[in-house]
Amino acid sequence: MNPLELTRARPGRPFTVTLDGRPVEALPGQTVAATLWAAGVPAWRTTRGTGRPRGVFCGIGVCFDCLVTVNGRANQRACLVPVHPGDAIRTQEGTGPAGGTVQGDE
Amino acid sequence: MSERVHLAVVGAGPAGLAGALAAASRGVRVTLVDAGDRAGGQFYRQPAPALNARRPQALHHQWRTWRRLADGLARHTEAGYLTHLTGHHVWCVQRESDSLAVHALLGPEQEEGVTVHADAVLLATGGYERVLPFPGWTLPGVVTAGGAQAMLKGGLVLPGRTVVVAGTGPLLLPVATGLAAAGARVAALVESASPAALLRRAPGLAAQPGKLAEGVWYAGLLARHRVPVLARHTVVAAHGTDRLTAVTVAALDRTGRIRPGTARRIPCDTLAVGHGMLPHTDLAETLGCALAGTAVRVDAEQRTDVPGVWAAGEATGVGGAALALAEGHIAGRSAAARMRGTVPDPPAWAAADRARTRHRAFSTALDTVYAPPAGWAERIPDDTVVCRCEEVTAGEVRTAARTLGATDLRSAKLLTRAGMGWCQGRMCAPAVAGLTGCPLTAARRPFARPVPLGVLAGLPDAPDGPKAPGAPEDRAADDSSPAQQ
Repeated sequence: MNPLELTRARPGRPFTVTLDGRPVEALPGQTVAATLWAAGVPAWRTTRGTGRPRGVFCGIGVCFDCLVTVNGRANQRACLVPVHPGDAIRTQEGTGPAGGTVQGDE
Repeated sequence: MSERVHLAVVGAGPAGLAGALAAASRGVRVTLVDAGDRAGGQFYRQPAPALNARRPQALHHQWRTWRRLADGLARHTEAGYLTHLTGHHVWCVQRESDSLAVHALLGPEQEEGVTVHADAVLLATGGYERVLPFPGWTLPGVVTAGGAQAMLKGGLVLPGRTVVVAGTGPLLLPVATGLAAAGARVAALVESASPAALLRRAPGLAAQPGKLAEGVWYAGLLARHRVPVLARHTVVAAHGTDRLTAVTVAALDRTGRIRPGTARRIPCDTLAVGHGMLPHTDLAETLGCALAGTAVRVDAEQRTDVPGVWAAGEATGVGGAALALAEGHIAGRSAAARMRGTVPDPPAWAAADRARTRHRAFSTALDTVYAPPAGWAERIPDDTVVCRCEEVTAGEVRTAARTLGATDLRSAKLLTRAGMGWCQGRMCAPAVAGLTGCPLTAARRPFARPVPLGVLAGLPDAPDGPKAPGAPEDRAADDSSPAQQ
């Protein structure tokens, strides 16, 4: 059993997004966080102070633990942002995207 | 239609929907402003339409009630009396000369602002989960119980393969059974409350045959999915280096202290943990509404003490969806009557009133059973991070209280930065209160969420000059909110 079977979901065609350049399969309608969970990725950010990994915590946009860079926009809440075909998702280090560039890359 | 008085309802969960429908049925034009892409709030969170779930009710409770609400929403929308604004994240409600201005950011980017003007407002802002810290609670794989449920209901995904559900409160039951039904192996349901305490409350619970039946139903589901239930147990620590690999649980004695020698390790990749709920009160506070404890204070008509502002649901005290529906209904009817200049007739909503009384009594009884175990704060080791955003440890917070003399959350925040980060203390405030002995008070956040400076700068100046929210003379400007830097 899985959640899609349980709810008899017939999602649209899967598409590809990238996480730090690596292809990840996504379903239309899912958030960035749901896509990464489905791909078995539990963490996509490191903290500013001690560099510890973080992923989803509250799941409803309150805690800001799941911050991620999507198409060059840093500090997006992965649990709120829907995925779109071709999205370039990047892990974040500290206050911004890994590598330090915020706008215009990818 | 244009002469109809206009009510803005903030939040499209059970309370907001019930209020919106009650008001729209009684001659009021309603704008339902909600952050979600679909109505339902957390309780009735719906899968994204593109996932095309033909049986979403497999993850839900009281589906017939949801159908009734959804049908009402569609009917009033079609009739032109109700506008449902999705993806509108309300950051402030402000009184203007002859109306109330509801300021929202358009999601998911939340960079563009929009303002809805209304004659009155119903705040149905819901709540969020309280999680009390323990070693390892910041590891990836540790999620809130409600968060695991939200991701499951909305995205049809599981947080992992082997899940421990832990903490305290009635939410843990649907979370454990929902995850199990969706294919996760639930290695344990760890509840710190004792079944004996629940039974001692039997007189209060016996008046709730529906709730008792629900409890029996959950017990059956837990058995069917072979979920081991560890009552009067607690999670002592979560283990792993870069992600969760196991938790240690231990038994509690009658006083809520850990029984020596009972600790054992349970391998898992996910811990879904929660210790009850807290109300979202930011919008009410900025409007100047009085609080009772951590909830918005309301009268028998669900009115706050600010004219034109009603409140209902978890924001006025956590009590579950059935209570929220009753409160929302009463609020909508009261608002409809008063906005049209008539005196409401409470006997007309006697059924909702009785339901409200009954559900409030029930949630009061539950609160005494599902209290966090004694000594939870003392058990947090000094090196455990308490403020997840600013990475402030329990030891630093203790020093702020014991050595530096902090006697309230605000002082503790200023001394340690606990509560100064992105989440503005929503996650850590209960822990900081427990560690310092300070009362858990509302945080007085002038903005309910981070607001881009451009949105603030773009607000028109009100003609008769009420001060902008968060203006220098306003209270509690935090140094970390992006809008204030």
